[in-house]
Amino acid sequence: MKLPFNKVFKGKQKEGTERKYIDVADEKSVVASSEKKTDEDTIAAPAVTTCPKCKQEFSKQEIKDNLNVCVACGHHYVISAEKRVRTLVDPGTFRPLKCKVAFTNPLEYPEYEDKITELQKKTGLDEAVLAGVGKIDGFDAVIAVMSSKFLMGSMGIAVGEKITNAVEYADRKKLPLIIFTASGGARMQEGILSLMQMAKTSAAVEKFNNNGGLYISVLTHPTTGGVTASFATLGDITLAEPEALIGFAGPRVIEQTIGQKLPEGFQRSEFQQEHGFVDQIVPRDKMRETLAHILRLHCKRGK
Amino acid sequence: MVKEIDAKINEIDNQIEELKSKEVLDEAQLYVLKRQRHDLVKMCKNLDPHDKVFIARHKKRPKITEYIDNIFQDFFEQQGDLLGKEDGSIFGGIATYHGIPVTVIGHRKGNDLNENLKCNFGMPGPEGYRKALRLMKQAEKFGRPIITFIDTPGAYPGLEAETNGQGTAIATNLAKMSALKVPVIAVVTGEGSSGGALAIGVANSVIMLENAVYSILSPEGYATILWKDSSRSDEACNMMKLTAQDLKAFNVIDDIIPEPVGGAHMNKKAVYKTVDRYLRRELDKYLKMGPEELSKHRYKKFRNIDADYLKVL
Repeated sequence: MKLPFNKVFKGKQKEGTERKYIDVADEKSVVASSEKKTDEDTIAAPAVTTCPKCKQEFSKQEIKDNLNVCVACGHHYVISAEKRVRTLVDPGTFRPLKCKVAFTNPLEYPEYEDKITELQKKTGLDEAVLAGVGKIDGFDAVIAVMSSKFLMGSMGIAVGEKITNAVEYADRKKLPLIIFTASGGARMQEGILSLMQMAKTSAAVEKFNNNGGLYISVLTHPTTGGVTASFATLGDITLAEPEALIGFAGPRVIEQTIGQKLPEGFQRSEFQQEHGFVDQIVPRDKMRETLAHILRLHCKRGK
Repeated sequence: MVKEIDAKINEIDNQIEELKSKEVLDEAQLYVLKRQRHDLVKMCKNLDPHDKVFIARHKKRPKITEYIDNIFQDFFEQQGDLLGKEDGSIFGGIATYHGIPVTVIGHRKGNDLNENLKCNFGMPGPEGYRKALRLMKQAEKFGRPIITFIDTPGAYPGLEAETNGQGTAIATNLAKMSALKVPVIAVVTGEGSSGGALAIGVANSVIMLENAVYSILSPEGYATILWKDSSRSDEACNMMKLTAQDLKAFNVIDDIIPEPVGGAHMNKKAVYKTVDRYLRRELDKYLKMGPEELSKHRYKKFRNIDADYLKVL
């Protein structure tokens, strides 16, 4: 595999040190947009959090040091796109793709621009997806990570364009593609043009697919609506984080429509796996080695 | 507005029926009623978006079965997804169109409650989308152009649909349709809501009836998501830009098919004729293209569909 830029690879991780590579000193070189610390990185008072699943109290630092996963019950908290990238790629190898889309407001939706500007400040992201190229255990890959912190990770023109751009980049450079999805679906504020992003991204994935590209889709909490009904479910390999909500219509819509309570665990990763829509459920601390494993199995195709 | 006019027209229609059923026909009274009806229909101009939504959903609006009966010949229906189920909300098969064999697929709505229960009010589950894809891939195999008719409140949001992979089924259709090597023409005839409409709408040409609507979600759903209040759907209609004219301005559709004043149900015969004319013209364009050219054309169309609003910095 060929690197798309002249960047020295800083060496492979040793086995059993999966978490040690989260190096704060390296943060700046990892993501260009990371000058601003996200709220996740600044410990705000109170420094204690109660796990929504096991109801135990932990220091926030403890959870953060554990990839935002509960140390007792394994509940997966939301993780920022930037931290996600940091926990996956080899240090110093991630470079964001140059695809910044100007703000656009086709429905002239009131206060939309202010909302986006505010979110950009708050998250350090320009939109609900962070896409770039990096190495995972020495393997080059295009990696796109959606952020549920940015307007519920909803897909408007900018998100659709950034995803499509990432797919096309992977296609051109013959690199594997990994997308972490987290989205409430198509972005209501941009109307029909958001809906069209479903066709745009799916068409790009299909083209990549027909050219023999490897696409690993990782479904994280929550993946619903138009993202589930487009690129999220088109992977050659589909992984999911534990207990993530994955579905087309959300539970509230279904309950309103059919007027009955939904079974426990409905639309969760485990449910989707049971019904045949997920290859494997992978906890966060195993994600890097699992991706490396899949990439290793595909690297001997000469592509 | 149109809703109220429609109620009055209905009332007059009933009176006319009553009049006609009498032994001695009161010609003068009939003339007055017909005149009143005519004036009411003429008022249905300059419609607001929510008026169009009303017309697009009108129960007398032409349905796919009527379009097939009136525009196509030798229709042969195909059922089933070959994976375990037949979904009546997607209707499709093979027909001839001006002498050419084509595959026709569309959402089916019923004329009464009984029929609607059979076709789930035009809301497909994954099986419906898989059936549609099966028919499309078959059309590709035999080099048949594909014509789709879009008229759905959306993909069905239900437990069974989710369990069987509604999201995956729609996604697969979007992906596979984008690469089909035969001409694909989509006609939005009624309401086109959400991914449930788009799942048979990735076409070389998307044409739309004048009073049809096409949107990211039903106006009720939109109001629920944004304001947690489905009763504000009229407000949502005005905001969403879902009319054929809006969509033409967005470049999301290629052309608008005119309708009689008051909506397609006012003169169905005229509508079939116009739809036929537009369809034939669109199809003629793509019959000249080769297989690779067709899929490239479709890819490019959707790749650049938001070009007017997209600026990469």
